[in-house]
Amino acid sequence: MQNSMIKLGVAALLSVMLAACSSTDTKDNTTTTPTNNNTGASTQGTGNNGQLSAAELERQRALAQTVFYFAFDSSELTAEDRDALVYHAAELKANPSSRVRLEGHADERGTREYNLALGERRAQAVQRYLQVQGVSASQMETISYGEERPARTGNTEAAYSANRRVELVKR
Amino acid sequence: MNKLLQGFLLLLAALLTQMAAAQQLNIQITQGVDNPVPIAVVPFGWKGFGTLPESITDIVNKDLSNSGQFSTVPERNMLSTPHEQNEVFFRDWRFLGADYLLIGKIDRSEGSNLVQVQYELFDAVRETRMVGEVISGTEVQLRDIAHQISDVVYEQITGIRGAFSTKILYVTSQRISDSLTNYQLNLSDADGGRPQVLLQSREPIMSPTWAPDARRIAYVSFESSRPRIYIQDLSSGKREQITDFPGLNSSPAFSPDGKSMAMVLSKDGNPDIFVMDLATKQLRKITTHFAVDTEPCWLPNGRALVYTSEQGGANRPQIYQVNLDTGFTERVTFEGTYNSKPLMLPDGKNLVMVHRYDSSDEFHLALMNLERGTVRVLTNTSLDESPTLAPNASMIMYASKANGRGILNAVSIDGRVKYQLPVNAGDVREPAWSPFLD
Repeated sequence: MQNSMIKLGVAALLSVMLAACSSTDTKDNTTTTPTNNNTGASTQGTGNNGQLSAAELERQRALAQTVFYFAFDSSELTAEDRDALVYHAAELKANPSSRVRLEGHADERGTREYNLALGERRAQAVQRYLQVQGVSASQMETISYGEERPARTGNTEAAYSANRRVELVKR
Repeated sequence: MNKLLQGFLLLLAALLTQMAAAQQLNIQITQGVDNPVPIAVVPFGWKGFGTLPESITDIVNKDLSNSGQFSTVPERNMLSTPHEQNEVFFRDWRFLGADYLLIGKIDRSEGSNLVQVQYELFDAVRETRMVGEVISGTEVQLRDIAHQISDVVYEQITGIRGAFSTKILYVTSQRISDSLTNYQLNLSDADGGRPQVLLQSREPIMSPTWAPDARRIAYVSFESSRPRIYIQDLSSGKREQITDFPGLNSSPAFSPDGKSMAMVLSKDGNPDIFVMDLATKQLRKITTHFAVDTEPCWLPNGRALVYTSEQGGANRPQIYQVNLDTGFTERVTFEGTYNSKPLMLPDGKNLVMVHRYDSSDEFHLALMNLERGTVRVLTNTSLDESPTLAPNASMIMYASKANGRGILNAVSIDGRVKYQLPVNAGDVREPAWSPFLD
């Protein structure tokens, strides 16, 4: 562990050094000028002037949501989460080489190994929903962290609900 | 650049050493028995050169009083400090209310690195010598010698084998930032002394457990980014990853003969209990229900398992028992809305579990008698879980929350003795008490 961390540290340091080296330009003495192929006539599209369509905006907002929360003792997806997941599904289908990891979590109440199972059930609920939307099973992996990686510490209801979640992580 | 690299590595090394320091547990007794046995532990005489790194007297005093079953006579009240039998005046000790008296002396011959510890235990009421012996060891073994003396005293007076010379495993976590938590698997004496880090990781570590030979342990580590089961040899530190199945690989539990391991795998879609032959790595599927089955614990005869199952209803776990020869399964618990993580006691008739009676957030340890079906709540701390039993079956250690932090607690089977084992920083959880070490 320590060894690999030191290696990692050295690697990080080396990459900084390399970046520093490559930033000193090697000047090339020869220069070229482009040949001008201008025929005199040209057309230009108007584009959409940077205006995002409402649909595109909704798509981007949906894709920005990567954490899905659950009620106490529940692995049911909310209607809003299902809507957002439809966009994630479309994105995954459009990019068959992309992969996601669905990481399920539980709050700290109850026993640890049982909570590991609860977290897995939540991750599987998201996986099943994406699969129904046509995402290939090979693009998804589920994992549960149970109560071992809380998003928020503390024994308040706010912390508990922040911890009952599935995180969609792009690989 | 070289200097920068050096500085960076030094910083990294400093950070790692700091993190590698084990979190020490400190016992604080919260409740003892109503009529503890009064005993006087006279400061042991020391005839050698220099000073000793550990005080045997202090360790024995702490062992006995932390057990909740003894009250010790303060040194300042003592009228004399005998080190040998012919210096003992029993009347002096009865006058102080001491029923028992432990005396001793420590010696080291010049040029030797071995110390000789002589101790004698007396019944001050009957004016008899109960036991005495000389134990030799190096200075670093003074703590072992002290715990051995405590074991003998405990057994002579209570009739129950002492468990002071045993060890515990426990997991600590320290949140360094929102994205970085340091997880450690630790080993220490049962009183929290001599903590050592066995494994350190940025990913969670769970479910430490002992093999019956006390030489190997098993645990779940997420270091590969997935929960996988490892077996580690304690003295060499060598370890083997024994599972790499898709999904959960969790809840390892060595069989009483140490040859197989019960575990939970969700490779078939949902968490089920399997038993693996550790020599051949062959798996046998024990539970097949579509609901969650987890937290297996062996019965002492190795022929059955108790475990947590949701087959009676989702989010309402109850305890079930499965016979490994016949596959016959029966539900064990009926009282309460949540019963999980069973710990079978050596008598095979009582089990300790995490119990919630209603829909509150109150999770406590409860003792269930399987013959009578009675359930008795043992603890009154908060979010109690992960019970583990001392090898002499006197105490249960467990994890709970206090002021938002994880701490360890212990409670006697009869509920009369209670103590806490907090750490100085971070959270501590999942204690696992070792078998007897010999």
